[in-house]
Amino acid sequence: MKLVHKYAAPKRFYELAGTLTPWFATLTTLLFVSGLYLGLYWAPPDYQQGNAYRIMFIHVPNAWMSMMAYMIMALFAAAGYIWNIRLADILAKVTAPLGASFTLTALVTGSLWGKPMWGTYWVWDARLTSELVLFFLYVGYMALQASIDDARRAAHASAILAIVGVVNIPIIHYSVYWWHTLHQPASLTLTSQPKIYITMLIPLIVMSIGFMFFYLTMLCVRARNEILWRERRADWVRKLVESRP
Amino acid sequence: MRKQNKRLVFVLVGLAGVSVAVWLVLTAFRHNLVFFYSPTQVLEGKAPSHGVFRLGGIVKKGSIKKDGLHTTFVLTDLRHSMVIHYTGILPDLFRQGQGVVVQGRRVGTTTFMASQVLAKHGANYMPPDVAAELKRSMAAKAKAALS
Repeated sequence: MKLVHKYAAPKRFYELAGTLTPWFATLTTLLFVSGLYLGLYWAPPDYQQGNAYRIMFIHVPNAWMSMMAYMIMALFAAAGYIWNIRLADILAKVTAPLGASFTLTALVTGSLWGKPMWGTYWVWDARLTSELVLFFLYVGYMALQASIDDARRAAHASAILAIVGVVNIPIIHYSVYWWHTLHQPASLTLTSQPKIYITMLIPLIVMSIGFMFFYLTMLCVRARNEILWRERRADWVRKLVESRP
Repeated sequence: MRKQNKRLVFVLVGLAGVSVAVWLVLTAFRHNLVFFYSPTQVLEGKAPSHGVFRLGGIVKKGSIKKDGLHTTFVLTDLRHSMVIHYTGILPDLFRQGQGVVVQGRRVGTTTFMASQVLAKHGANYMPPDVAAELKRSMAAKAKAALS
């Protein structure tokens, strides 16, 4: 535990994140450029949807990341709450807006695809509704963080909300199996053959890894910002600011 | 460390408690969370007998009859089927053999007036030539099984 506290010192993380950011950003750019090229030009049209299916290269990674970011946020929030790790509080806090934007992007792109394909922008089926609940969980978490001035108390209160909200994640995932939904079941699962043809699967994987690195890039940038603000009275921040021309 | 263990236990017990509560609620509302009913459920009286509800199934091959904006087709779950009447624009994915969800009222034993038709998309994505190839090989397999 002492080791965690040592390496999780905000100053150390600030330096580490500073070194990693350009690498993550470069990887993100490369993956996005190649993923979009593969997805929009190289991949063939779908036998039923024609070219309209290509929105999935944005929709699916964002939907995955919306859930993954939530799990990461809740884990950090729980770690911060249980062991009083300040860095975990910070990482949970800065993940929330990122997760919220993944969720919103997934909802909007899905809606735009839904109109021509399903015949409607929105239906209240279990998948769409639970994903919308996820968006409200993120927004609620951010609102709670913003409404309490003391950083530690804000972290503790919102951590409870984040942990309770974890219940929604399996509901989103299994909604398409538990209930009749308009949304189709997963095309990609760990246990069975992918239901997506290989030339369409490759761009999807590339874009998904791209969005993961996009998240890591933004996490580093946002966490550094938050650390500077919280430690603004610390000596090392003052020295850092003074050393800049 | 004792205080931390206490908080860890609190989080774990709390999460377990909330999970059980949500599970109970979802089980209780299981019926209301169903997005659509199948023709079999309707004919067995498990769907609302009056009012608007949704019906899901597959568009029976060769059953689509179009007259201007008015469309009639047979919706089946491969056990039972119902005749759907609909006036309006159909989604791109509406075609025979496709899964669809219709919203509307039941007007006869097996007749349904739809106010909205939604196409359900499957989980399969493939290029057209692969789909054609797959269809051919499936047909060949079916033929081989018959002979």
